[in-house]
Amino acid sequence: MAKVIGGVFTSHVPAIGGAIHRGAQNEPYWKPFFDAWPPVREWLGEQVPDVVIMFYNDHGLNFFLDKMPTFAIGAAAQYRNEDEGWGLPPFPVPPGHPELSWAIIEKLVAEEFDITTCQDMLVDHAASIPLALAWPDREAPVKIVPIAINTVQHPLPSAKRCLALGRAVGKALAEWQGDETIMVMGTGGLSHQLDGERAGFMNPEYDLFCMDNLSADPDALTRHSVHEIVELSGTQGVEILNWIAARGALGDKVHEVSRSYHIPISNTAAAVMVLETEAARAAGNAGAEKTAELA
Amino acid sequence: MASTAIPGTHIFDGAAARKGYALNAMCFSFNEAANRDAFLRDEDAYCARFGLTAEQRDAVAKRNVLAMMAAGGNIYYLAKLAGIFGLNVQDVGAQQTGMTVDAFKQMLLDNAAAIPTKEMAHG
Repeated sequence: MAKVIGGVFTSHVPAIGGAIHRGAQNEPYWKPFFDAWPPVREWLGEQVPDVVIMFYNDHGLNFFLDKMPTFAIGAAAQYRNEDEGWGLPPFPVPPGHPELSWAIIEKLVAEEFDITTCQDMLVDHAASIPLALAWPDREAPVKIVPIAINTVQHPLPSAKRCLALGRAVGKALAEWQGDETIMVMGTGGLSHQLDGERAGFMNPEYDLFCMDNLSADPDALTRHSVHEIVELSGTQGVEILNWIAARGALGDKVHEVSRSYHIPISNTAAAVMVLETEAARAAGNAGAEKTAELA
Repeated sequence: MASTAIPGTHIFDGAAARKGYALNAMCFSFNEAANRDAFLRDEDAYCARFGLTAEQRDAVAKRNVLAMMAAGGNIYYLAKLAGIFGLNVQDVGAQQTGMTVDAFKQMLLDNAAAIPTKEMAHG
């Protein structure tokens, strides 16, 4: 039976991609953000996931306003990252897992989510940068199932609906008969606003509220309407919806493994968190005991 | 919108999506380098090809981001247009807030002062 180990939650600012391409990770501006990643990679090294369910939002690479799905599930064997308008070199994107994609699609529709399925799908920086951060300098050694949430064109799905979507994905993973080690990623945020006279807005207090409640009480994050989240977090801070959905897939009880919060990266309050499931924690402890015995 | 307006904040809703369709479609096309080059070669012809409204064409000609948004532009698409002119989101933020780029960047840095001290312990 497949094992769900937990999730990595991270900001996905395009400028991070630029910093990676320039090799700027140790510059004073960037170091506080990139310093969040060694503990994440250590955890990944212990848990060795081979599938990533990626909750993210597209920023106008795959989806345009001609057709804007609220929830879109990738069902392709291959995905691509391409030029998003700035001429940056595309990041490598690992292969898909169409069988698991369809199992998730079947479950979501059975659970009465009216989703869009995508057998041909570009994934933008919101998916490619988190993978490049988790597994630098190579294609991530995983298969992916991208789940894109509309955070661009209002009306957006409510936080409550996103959490429910994630929980339904979690049910699909629990029923999946494969033997994969599965993790989720939730990308975007935290507070930031690119547009309007309030551009540059951030709200550490709200970000802290989100990070403090994500593991033990994610329902707390659903008490705000989308409009209230925009007010608290900024027009693009509403990407917290991706984190909420990803959290939903992890079940009731998770443990916080690591957390980093830094202001600013570009116009954004940047955060990185790892949450692990009970199953992963038990396995990690067993592994640690085994190592202790060997020593 | 039934909800109270948020100062300095423009919700990209159905009305904006309808109004801004041509402008956003043009910006979406800038994902391809050949289209960015075509825009730079003949801006008028390129804008005409996408049927920009007079308001949109004027906003683009003036490189005025707030005017583009008033004409239905969405920031994610406008960021692709801004990139053609070598402008990043700090440049765009500075223009919208009427600040110099340096002052805008300083404001972003100053946001760190609002991090609650409890959180500082986490690094």
